Amino acid sequence: MKCTVCKGPAVIDLRRHNANFCPDHFLRFCRDQVTKAITDHAMIAPGERVLVAVSGGKDSLALWDLLVELGYDAEGMTIGLGIGDYSAASTDAAVAFAGERGLKLCRIDLREDYGYDIPTAATVTRRVPCSSCGMSKRHLIDAAALDGGYDVVATGHNLDDEAAVLLGNVLHWQTEYLGRQQPVLEARPGFPRKVKPLVRLSERETAAYCVLRGIDYIVEECPMAAGNRHLRYKEALNSIEAGSPGTKHAFYFEFLSKAAGHFRPEATEAQEGLAPCARCGAPTTGEVCAFCRLVERVGGHEPVPVDLVRPGRRRRR
Amino acid sequence: MRVLLRNPRRELDVDGPVSVTALLVRLELNRESVLVVRGDTLVPGDAVLADDDVVEIRPVISGGAA
Repeated sequence: MKCTVCKGPAVIDLRRHNANFCPDHFLRFCRDQVTKAITDHAMIAPGERVLVAVSGGKDSLALWDLLVELGYDAEGMTIGLGIGDYSAASTDAAVAFAGERGLKLCRIDLREDYGYDIPTAATVTRRVPCSSCGMSKRHLIDAAALDGGYDVVATGHNLDDEAAVLLGNVLHWQTEYLGRQQPVLEARPGFPRKVKPLVRLSERETAAYCVLRGIDYIVEECPMAAGNRHLRYKEALNSIEAGSPGTKHAFYFEFLSKAAGHFRPEATEAQEGLAPCARCGAPTTGEVCAFCRLVERVGGHEPVPVDLVRPGRRRRR
Repeated sequence: MRVLLRNPRRELDVDGPVSVTALLVRLELNRESVLVVRGDTLVPGDAVLADDDVVEIRPVISGGAA
């Protein structure tokens, strides 16, 4: 198999692009795709300060590496989630990445800083772990970006993530969520601008980028996410993609160009009526925001071991 | 050849030579969901793996819904 560009030996075939690449031209392909995403969707302006949400997985480390390679002023933030060895290894990967490159990484630890961790939160609230995990991460990253004076938050959501979320939103006709499923969420009072520069890259491509760049990311899957609905949607889409390359890209980008606008009014309506949280000042629909309520409920609770939490299953009250 | 699989981590012995594509078919793995890694680089679908190769089949699907 030969590189489509230089005819040298190829190391990866991208059927959805009908192309094969050698290492150098694959890395250039990734940089070009991220540049196109940033340009097409006006994600980051020259000179802006970027806060990258870093988990230690392939997507966030690839994103951070790509932004730095492209010349952006990008610093990282990672959150210790307390999910046993998985979280420890994830944090180690993020710290090592930053250390090797001399990049600034801001660290927060849920247990040390807020008195809880994700397995404990899932057990006490009797909700799926991804619920408290996602909410905690969004709240803390928003707050860090605003407090730190960053212009924009960049997250490692890739094409597969967006296509899977879109599939879930369509299957359940979550019209409000469809209205705000965008590669850019503009800044609003209490919220920083959020961008997803990897939306044009699949997760096979971000993983390949890390291998070829020598980025040591955590390969193991989060034990809390095993079997969750999001992963099942990804598997379903990959089954379709295998027989019909390009389907995920068409599904997501045709949605953006042809359908997303129809749902925007519902998303806008849902954003109205937000007021500052009485405790932390973050925007919320109630008096106290979901994060402060979670901290109040589970903060200081005795830690629950990871293996006592059943992932991916909603616990009934 | 020795084949390392992840999530859960395990190892298999597979007779070579065999192409990457044929190996993935034999293991019932979707090529969209994995990378095949040999040493510090990737191996494309049409590459033939030798009997004494050591390769890792690395899953690429990740994630919570957050």
